[in-house]
Amino acid sequence: MTKPFSALRFLAPLLMLGIASASAAEQQVHIYNWSDYFAEDTLPNFQERTGIRPVLDVYDSNEVLEAKLLAGSSGYDLIFPTARPFAARHIKAGLYQPLDKSKLPGLDKLDPEIMASLASSDPGNQYLVPYMWGTSGLGLNVDKVKAALGDDTKIDTWGLIFDPEKAAKLEGCGISLLDDPTEVFSAALAYLGKDPNSLAKADLDAASALIAGIHSHIRYFHSSQYITDLANGDICVAQGYSGDVLQAQERAKEANKGVAVTYRIPREGAALWTDVIAIPKDAPNPEAAHAFIAYLLDPRVIADVSDYVFYANPNTAATPMIDAALRNDPEIYPPPELRAKLFVPSERSDREIRTLNRLWTRLKANR
Amino acid sequence: MSQSTRHHPKGRRRLSRLVNIGVPYFWLGLFFLLPFMIVLQISVAETALAQPPYTALWEWVADGLLQIQINLQNFMLIWEDDIYLAAFLNSLWVALICTLLCLLLGYPMAYAIATAAQRRRMLLLMLIVLPFWTSFLIRVYAWIGILNSNGLLNSFLLWLGIIDAPLQILHTQTAVYIGVVYSYLPFMILPLYANLTRLDPALLEAASDLGCRPLRAFFKVTLPLSKPGIIAGSMLVFIPVVGEFVIPDLLGGPSSLMVGKLLWTEFFSNQDWPLASALAIVLLAVLVVPFVLMQRLQQNMDEAAS
Repeated sequence: MTKPFSALRFLAPLLMLGIASASAAEQQVHIYNWSDYFAEDTLPNFQERTGIRPVLDVYDSNEVLEAKLLAGSSGYDLIFPTARPFAARHIKAGLYQPLDKSKLPGLDKLDPEIMASLASSDPGNQYLVPYMWGTSGLGLNVDKVKAALGDDTKIDTWGLIFDPEKAAKLEGCGISLLDDPTEVFSAALAYLGKDPNSLAKADLDAASALIAGIHSHIRYFHSSQYITDLANGDICVAQGYSGDVLQAQERAKEANKGVAVTYRIPREGAALWTDVIAIPKDAPNPEAAHAFIAYLLDPRVIADVSDYVFYANPNTAATPMIDAALRNDPEIYPPPELRAKLFVPSERSDREIRTLNRLWTRLKANR
Repeated sequence: MSQSTRHHPKGRRRLSRLVNIGVPYFWLGLFFLLPFMIVLQISVAETALAQPPYTALWEWVADGLLQIQINLQNFMLIWEDDIYLAAFLNSLWVALICTLLCLLLGYPMAYAIATAAQRRRMLLLMLIVLPFWTSFLIRVYAWIGILNSNGLLNSFLLWLGIIDAPLQILHTQTAVYIGVVYSYLPFMILPLYANLTRLDPALLEAASDLGCRPLRAFFKVTLPLSKPGIIAGSMLVFIPVVGEFVIPDLLGGPSSLMVGKLLWTEFFSNQDWPLASALAIVLLAVLVVPFVLMQRLQQNMDEAAS
């Protein structure tokens, strides 16, 4: 997932922490997380509870995090990568240290289904603790979509983007796609009724042809711009991450300019991703990192984070504490029959990723 | 040697000469040559899933045997895959158009400032420099707000009744041109201004005395004499724009394919540091070689003239 670059919201807690840094001998934990991915009081409460001072740095893409990790000596104690393909690859490259589970009571409350799915890239769940999960679906301005396609049009389908006729009609109010080959190809393959994780040449060719066919109707490929644009009514269909679309919804409500944003999981299937917590091998203070993970495993703490960031968390004990509107939203906590349609991105070799990325560069440039 | 050193003994003169030449060379070596060598080394390595993500250039094998591994595949890939050529050509094209636009806009502005009254001149220069006090990134972001379909420009044009539907400017090549010309215009104006203020006004008076009309005098006298300023300004705009990443990324659309963006993809999305480094080396070659040749040519012409 990718988050918006909203400086003010993450600067405020940083400043507060800066003021609190007066005493010299205290312990610190250096956290590198997505922007806007904690609740406002998550860090101050941790310091109050443990006396350890959290120092937060933020990024807005897995790639930036990965580049820092690969360069070495990042200086961070805790990081929050997306499980696949990123964390899985980092485990293979030996970038993480194994968790000391004796320091992490509360691990048993985590959703066994998600733990089992993580275990396929992290055998025995040695390195990763799931933090939040969500889906990649459609952010919609339903009023504008219906105005363009008619009142009885189906809105929970990838067809809004990949059906050339519909895309042509929606071009005027604006369509955006994520700037991420894995996301776009799996969505296109799901729409075509093929295996969304397929790397077979025939499938990729079919998906490429599909994307090339609607290319001229796409306003842009970007992984966070759509949040603001959906909220302002500048675009009407965005491929996007569940929590980000709900943030757009919230902003649209606050702005009160008559824009309503809706999130839908397309019924052809959508990607389910998990962001995880991990400790880099060269973390300066792994002790404090464990303390912070234990703190995040507290159901009350993580429920507050979910209420703030609009993503589902894997802590089953926290679910009843989450705001009912979020907990009962089938698009965020999908019921079993919808959850069965979600797919988990499969692992890929470096070569496969590069091939896909170069194919993507070519497609975007329409060559 | 200047007058002040004429009285120094020979040894001291040699020392000061050494320091004078040595310091800039040391600086160049430390901040240009050394990083360049590192990038060159990575560009002939192979990717690896490790920290850092590429193989070492040399390795001590048993019994003092040094094994050096040079991988030229990255350069071959850049040569063979036409997307890189397309990106280079597009980047050069964008840089060329933007340099010309900057020159067309910047020259009259620099000329106006250079010929303004002394007191006004400082104010005008200030206006050119003032935007630098805000972060470059914020200024490019501001253009998103201006060019948006709900943005300032479209609202204004709609209000005036010139258009009935908002123009789609953001995320097109036009937005990239606007952003680049806006951001780099000062780099054209400042060297031109510095050059134009140094021109001797007596030359124009002489031209006028000899019966030359102002417009003709401008083309016959001012313009040729401001050639160094034009070249300096154009280079300051052209070179960074070829590798520009931020502006096409924020304002450009899906089809604004530029080398900077491609390099970013190779480095971050593909974790392919060697290919990214190879692209950087090729970019440097594409930029440096023509300029070196041009300078040679210039020197030859100057020598021939004198």
